[in-house]
Amino acid sequence: MTERSTQHATFVIERHYPVSPARVFGAWADPVAKARWFNGPTQAQSEGYVLDFRVGGAEHLRTTFPGGQPHVYDARYYDIVPGQRIVYCYEMHIGKMRISVSLATAEFRGAGKQATLIFTEQAVFLDGYDDGGSRERGTHELLDKLGRSLS
Amino acid sequence: MLASPEPLDLMFQALADPARRAMVERLCRGPASVTELGKPFSMTLSAVVQHLQVLESSGLVSSQKVGRVRTCQLEAGALKRAETWISARRANWERRFDRLGEFLAEQEEPSASTKKPVRDKS
Repeated sequence: MTERSTQHATFVIERHYPVSPARVFGAWADPVAKARWFNGPTQAQSEGYVLDFRVGGAEHLRTTFPGGQPHVYDARYYDIVPGQRIVYCYEMHIGKMRISVSLATAEFRGAGKQATLIFTEQAVFLDGYDDGGSRERGTHELLDKLGRSLS
Repeated sequence: MLASPEPLDLMFQALADPARRAMVERLCRGPASVTELGKPFSMTLSAVVQHLQVLESSGLVSSQKVGRVRTCQLEAGALKRAETWISARRANWERRFDRLGEFLAEQEEPSASTKKPVRDKS
């Protein structure tokens, strides 16, 4: 039996890139460009990447890890201001379980060749799904991050 | 239990100290005795015990005394919920944005030598 639970989280990541904000936006808007960084080189196999980048458009990615269940990402775009802002929602499934639903906002700022990307994710994590090794990995990553932010 | 934010505060306070983080990292690999946990540090046993008390009150670590040996172990459950989810999700994005940076750097060079990127503002 699945134990039902909800866990809410918000996090913000800010990055600076030495290119124009328009180029950073372009890397989100163009399906070929986005595929290059969104689903990067891992041991996982990805298949069927679809990006219909327009308001109301969908994005889909299915990733299979060796010996694991498929991870499925489904998104829908709600707000696009070219060069400035993207607001979309996405859900993650592992196998048949929906593990999270998120509201994501990407903001593109800066001028010249000094782009700032501000990514905000507001997520609800569902039913405390524990993907085997991910918990341990998560723990190590948490410690690394805490170490860096606190020391 | 993580019903109120207070346990999270305790957890973050507990992890704010590098010696305690090192102890938690050691415990990620499996249970250890107090003596064993104190070994990498040049501190007294009572200082080690004090650090462990902070970790125990945060819920990150539990200990059990059998005979004369106190064995400590990580309470994975304490870290399991929000923190690992957020941490894993966030780490995933950090990796993506690293790749985005690499991708943008790769793309920038040919366009600089062949044609100038179009400015949308002048």
